[in-house]
Amino acid sequence: MSEAQEFKHIGQRTIRPDGHDKVTGRANYAADLALPDMIWGKILRSPHAHANIKGIDTSKAEAHPDVFAVATHADIPNSDAGGVLNILAKDKALYHGHAIASVAARTEAAAEEALALIEVDYEVLQPVMSIEEAMADGAPLLHESLMTKGLAEEPTSPSNVASRMEMNKGDIEAGFAEADVIVEREFRTATVHQGYIEPHACTVRYDEDGQSMIWCSTQGHFGVRQSTADILSMEQSKLKVIASEIGGGFGGKLGVYLEPVALILSKKSGRPVKMQMDRDEVFKGSGPGAATRNKVKIGAKKDGSITAMEAHLYYESGAFPGSSPLGPGCMTVFTPYDVENQYVEGFDVVVNKARCAAYRAPGAPQSEYAAEMVINELADELGIDPIDFRLQNAAKEGTQTMYGPKLKAVGLVECLEAAKNSDQYKTALKENQGRGLAAGFWFNVGGDSSVVINMNQDGTGTIVEGSPDIGGSRASMQMMAAEELQMPVDSLIPVIGDTQSLPHSNPTGGSRTTFATGMAVIEAAADVVSQFKERAAATWNVTPDQVEWKDGVAINTSGDGELTAAQICAAASRTGGQISGRGNINAQGAGPSFAVHLADIEVDPDTGQTTVIRYTAIQDAGKAIHPSYVEGQFQGGSAQGIGWALNEEYVYNKDGLLENPGYLDYRVPLASDLPMIDTVIVEVPNAFHPYGVRGVGESGIIPPLAACGTAVSKAIGIWMTELPMSPPRILKAIQDKS
Amino acid sequence: MVSVVYEAPDSIQGAIDLLANATITTKVLAGGTDLIIQMQGVNEERLVVDVKKIPGMMDATLSDKGLDLGPSMPCAEFTARDDIKAVYPGLVEAAYLIGSTQVQGRCSVGGNLCNSSPAADTIPALIANGAQCVIKGPGGERTVAVEDFVTGVAQNCMDKGELLTLIKIPRPAANTSDAYLRFIPRTEMDIAVAGAGVSVTLDDDGTCTAARVAIGAVAITALLVPEAAQALIGTKLDEDALQAAADAASAASKPITDRRGTVEFRTHVVGVLVKRAAKIAAERAGG
Repeated sequence: MSEAQEFKHIGQRTIRPDGHDKVTGRANYAADLALPDMIWGKILRSPHAHANIKGIDTSKAEAHPDVFAVATHADIPNSDAGGVLNILAKDKALYHGHAIASVAARTEAAAEEALALIEVDYEVLQPVMSIEEAMADGAPLLHESLMTKGLAEEPTSPSNVASRMEMNKGDIEAGFAEADVIVEREFRTATVHQGYIEPHACTVRYDEDGQSMIWCSTQGHFGVRQSTADILSMEQSKLKVIASEIGGGFGGKLGVYLEPVALILSKKSGRPVKMQMDRDEVFKGSGPGAATRNKVKIGAKKDGSITAMEAHLYYESGAFPGSSPLGPGCMTVFTPYDVENQYVEGFDVVVNKARCAAYRAPGAPQSEYAAEMVINELADELGIDPIDFRLQNAAKEGTQTMYGPKLKAVGLVECLEAAKNSDQYKTALKENQGRGLAAGFWFNVGGDSSVVINMNQDGTGTIVEGSPDIGGSRASMQMMAAEELQMPVDSLIPVIGDTQSLPHSNPTGGSRTTFATGMAVIEAAADVVSQFKERAAATWNVTPDQVEWKDGVAINTSGDGELTAAQICAAASRTGGQISGRGNINAQGAGPSFAVHLADIEVDPDTGQTTVIRYTAIQDAGKAIHPSYVEGQFQGGSAQGIGWALNEEYVYNKDGLLENPGYLDYRVPLASDLPMIDTVIVEVPNAFHPYGVRGVGESGIIPPLAACGTAVSKAIGIWMTELPMSPPRILKAIQDKS
Repeated sequence: MVSVVYEAPDSIQGAIDLLANATITTKVLAGGTDLIIQMQGVNEERLVVDVKKIPGMMDATLSDKGLDLGPSMPCAEFTARDDIKAVYPGLVEAAYLIGSTQVQGRCSVGGNLCNSSPAADTIPALIANGAQCVIKGPGGERTVAVEDFVTGVAQNCMDKGELLTLIKIPRPAANTSDAYLRFIPRTEMDIAVAGAGVSVTLDDDGTCTAARVAIGAVAITALLVPEAAQALIGTKLDEDALQAAADAASAASKPITDRRGTVEFRTHVVGVLVKRAAKIAAERAGG
């Protein structure tokens, strides 16, 4: 791509195509579909954190006059399918809220009545609620046959450690030997929830003969089809999944919870089935972000050059092995730094909590939090400005990452310089206030994206894409298509096609949609343009290369003649049939996005209360297609990260029961809790995207943890090492010091 | 199917008759911001007696003697009354803290009181102002101080058939004012982790001649803390006096550790709130 590229639509702030429906309430979300003869499904959930299920008696529920079907694990057609033990438990309840059984009844109330009639014989076991408890000698085992993967020697007995992984480069011992100053700390982060506003819900219809259907809120309906078809032993062609509008996902709507159960109930009852979680169920029964315990040790010379970085990361996986984002946690932990000697060891540990799911940059906020806190403390020890310290050691083009590739052009240095030049960094602090700066790295991904652009006879078009739109991506698709086609933005309507309309598309996740699906849109649009040229050439009896496409008009370069898109489309049936463009790609070359955040926080020393007084989020977007939605991603990531840092946590009681399954006591920041989050969009183009796009959805949640962690630590003069930094925890730290 | 029997009597006697003669679980409905949530998932038949149609229940009359507050007056109306706010700023602030803007349109001071949560915001503010509850029932009328009204978590002194018909708040003496502060980890839409209502009276020198200190969310009921008031009376509310009041409040508190805070945190913070509320009340009283 060329730096001098000039755009007509890219970079404008157009009105989003889904905006009107959303602000007027017309948009249809997961819970908005009702079908004739529909009945209601509900899930019975475990009241225990850890228990053997000795028996389930559903006879009374089945006898309820309004009940049409009851399903337990025994009703799952393919009990070998991935994740089925989380869909409906078999022999063991592994967390408070674990799905045990389900019913479908004439009304939601009748379904709830019937749930109360199901008798489950539990043998309650001691819950395992932390990494320490899980790894302790003689700890109760969640899974009797779980053998740790990745150990040097094959384990001889089962444990709660699912896997160990290790990565390194250089010589870590030699690196520390060179260091003049070494800082080593251990950090903890709590179990957190993505906090999407829309609860999980679906309406399904099983059809013996032809097409079964699922309507649900998901980040990837092709994945829902794949998982559900697998669990029900169906061919994918016999299951259509339609993605509704989605009210937030942040990684938490990549998997399936209700959909397979609803389809089993529909199959058993012969009726369409609707299921929706209430908020309590969302917190208990969906997939939270992993709690962690992370040790980081970093050494540097007096001149500010970092010589060695070492991490030992422990991630809670929840009730099932391998569900934590340990891998990306290990891979990202030190990537912002061009340091020769790095070592990381990581453990995936099962505990009696809900099975972890992805949460925005999965794994990276936890590990990079620990690394960035130590970097800041080390900068202090060395007496070097934290931005200068990072600039001196920053990853840049050519930096060899610990996990494999060398970085291409990246924007960390530019983000750090923007931070240095920001108004916030130049603003003086007052008493009881502290400032924290942190960097964040996220890979971003590409992958399969499928797009069709169907041209209408009047010259307008429909962009059919397979990526559910969570963050305004339809607007970006529209703009990219309009840019390529050189047509008005609002003449091209973007829609999310169902699983029958397109080939497989990977889910919206990994900050891939604007990058990868955007590339597919560009390819599809180029396909349309080439067909426009062919049709015009045929009309003029010239070759397509004698036709130029400019400002939405075909121009005959070897004679007279112009044809608009509308004219070409109107004549399409006479020139070879209707026109559609296709872009089915496996996008490669996703450019990483670095972010740098600044947090200014005031702490009330008498109560431990925190107030975020200023916040600036700076991030490399490569090229911002729609700057408002790029800024929105920065701000949204910041808000979630601030919540993670300051107040959000799953609170469990001594029996392992979740005590705060709702927004009253699971405290996401309110609008009034946050200042205006200032944003700076840095644009270091990604050479692999035609316009230079990098994904921007995830990096913004990484720096807030250490930015807030450092700001609070500076305000009170104590290095805080545990999240969330809730008022009781801060006050205790202040009191313990004095 | 579970059914709810709904009645909306237009007189106090009518309400008392319904409450006294009910044979099923009976609940009084004012704004319903607590009740409707509490009734979700309830699997029994219930009688709901809506008291908003009873004359006087939604009114507030301010006179030389004080405020006669209809228990069901929505907080949005109550907090919009500048005349009331001028006399009882702390009480009005406490009422304003309940719920969101939407909830304010329905919730009421009387409802907050009868719901009898340990963390209710208006209760410490009412106690600080020496408010009295007028209760009517089959046995006639009785008056109970707010600090004696709530008897436990979600429990109060009203017997079957009784109804809170009026909250009487005496007119403060000259140079008297109040304040209410609560601690929540965020800025709104939360439940008090600790709360403190303080009323102080100053003489012309700025010496405190009378005080009432009440604390919330640190015991099973809001508590009147005479020791904290005594620490203020006779002083000019200097740092030592304020700290003594704070210490007395901390000493009187009997909090629990739960998802909202620890014993240690609540014990300390309730003292901080008493100190800060006393300062604000004193500034308002003209000290």
